[in-house]
Amino acid sequence: MSAPGAAASGGRSGTAADWGGFEDNMQGGGSAVIDMENMDDTSGSSFEDMGEMHQRMKEEEEEEEVEGEAGAAEEEDGEFLGMKGLRGQLGRQVADQMWQVGKRQASRAFSLYANIDILRPYFDVEPIQVRARLLESMIPVKMINFPQKIAGELYGPLMLVFTLVAILLHGMKTSDTIIREGTLMGTAIGTCFGYWLGVSSFIYFLAYLCNAQITMVQMLSLLGYGLFGHCITLFVTYNIHFHSLFYIFWLGVGGLSTLRMVAVLVSRTVGHTQRLILCGTLAALHMLFLLYLHFAYHKVVEGILDTLEGPNMPPFQRVARDIPVVSSAVLNTTAKANALTL
Amino acid sequence: MAAAEGSGVGGPLFAGLADVSISEDIPVEGEITVPVGSRSPDEDYSTLDEPVRDTIMRDLKAVGKKFVHVMYPKKSSALLRDWDLWGPLVLCVSLALMLQGGSADSKDDGGPQFAEVFVIIWFGAVVITLNSKLLGGTISFFQSLCVLGYCVLPLTVAMLVCRLVLLAGSGTVSFIIRLIVVVAMFGWSTLASTAFLADSQPPNRKALVVYPIFLFYFVISWMILTFTPQ
Repeated sequence: MSAPGAAASGGRSGTAADWGGFEDNMQGGGSAVIDMENMDDTSGSSFEDMGEMHQRMKEEEEEEEVEGEAGAAEEEDGEFLGMKGLRGQLGRQVADQMWQVGKRQASRAFSLYANIDILRPYFDVEPIQVRARLLESMIPVKMINFPQKIAGELYGPLMLVFTLVAILLHGMKTSDTIIREGTLMGTAIGTCFGYWLGVSSFIYFLAYLCNAQITMVQMLSLLGYGLFGHCITLFVTYNIHFHSLFYIFWLGVGGLSTLRMVAVLVSRTVGHTQRLILCGTLAALHMLFLLYLHFAYHKVVEGILDTLEGPNMPPFQRVARDIPVVSSAVLNTTAKANALTL
Repeated sequence: MAAAEGSGVGGPLFAGLADVSISEDIPVEGEITVPVGSRSPDEDYSTLDEPVRDTIMRDLKAVGKKFVHVMYPKKSSALLRDWDLWGPLVLCVSLALMLQGGSADSKDDGGPQFAEVFVIIWFGAVVITLNSKLLGGTISFFQSLCVLGYCVLPLTVAMLVCRLVLLAGSGTVSFIIRLIVVVAMFGWSTLASTAFLADSQPPNRKALVVYPIFLFYFVISWMILTFTPQ
């Protein structure tokens, strides 16, 4: 046991770079028995450690080569200055070692947290699956006594949120919404992502309180697919401007997607009070969000009429608007004429 | 000599400490030139010495070649192999400058600001790249950014045409012309970028990668179409 150890440490001085460094770190001295005291508790993969040890040995070799030439001059200095020279060199070695340890820990932390491979399993879908889930999100399940399966996938919800952003932008542009302290794009992105992430977290917190069996990713996925109904409704009603049509879509399409989410949550919760709290909150927030999106970002010609007429105008008059500039000009003059006759 | 012998016994960490004193006075002399040998490639030194005009012309030619590849997408790998971000930067800046300050209302600035367009383009490209990597793509981060940036070229051309048409007038005819031009260029952009990017994906997931690209160029086309000058 000791003979191979001695031979290994003897031959370690420069040539056997990789295995010698590994030995140095893990076993502290070349014995074949692994001493658990010297094991590095914070080490990640041992391959990672070995690679870094390898690099460290290489760097130290290169430093030794360079230092070998200048070593003579330094030692002369050290001898002349007595103890100060000795401390200088010792200090340099210690600082060097601390730098190596710090760099190793920082790169380990970075590779742990900034690794996008953490998200990879949530994007592992096929187009057929995405389409099936989109259609399923509008169909409420009937079986609520058995916990329904929720796919923990993030691709569909993310794409739906971006689609909602695009539709919102379209709606804001065609209704000439004026954003004072911000930008159109920023508002749209903030609203949609804020809703998706914020309401998911809130309902997850409520689910934790009400003892429901759902994870955060599943909640994000469920709410994301629930936005499919919102996308359809807004896409249709931003282009066809009848309020009654909007209310029909709100109740029908919005109601269906809310019912589905509620049914899935009910199937995963036990107890009447808990079910009521959880599902009531989710239904209220989801339906109110659709209402908010329609009315807050779909302001119609009020602003333009105000600037044209001044104080004579009644403050509330709704006229439908279309994209082509010509028809809107015609509409404006018609509305103006109407207002003047009032 | 004495120091070198000591390093074998005491280990590399405390090499110099084993033998601090030196018996003789050794004058240090010699040359501090690093042997050129095979360590540093010749190219680095030769491009430092060339005139600035050569460097700029070489980069401009590379960018121009990539523009041609975008306008006639032919499934070549030139865009992917030597990626660069000069072209996307130039296109992004020119598009943002042309889109600035177009709003129908003079009270507040409702049109997209320069920073907004800039952020949309780069943030959108980053999101699409991350998405394609997460779906199992084999393309690298900057290659994808390069392709998406270069494929904004048809939309920049559409913006130029729209501005020229708006100079002539802003009636229904001009709107129809602008609509046709923008839709055509949007289709061209999307097709060009999918021609380059879709090959790096597993074959059954191409649709999943194409959809965000479609959304991205749709938003940019929408900003171009609804631009009305002050």
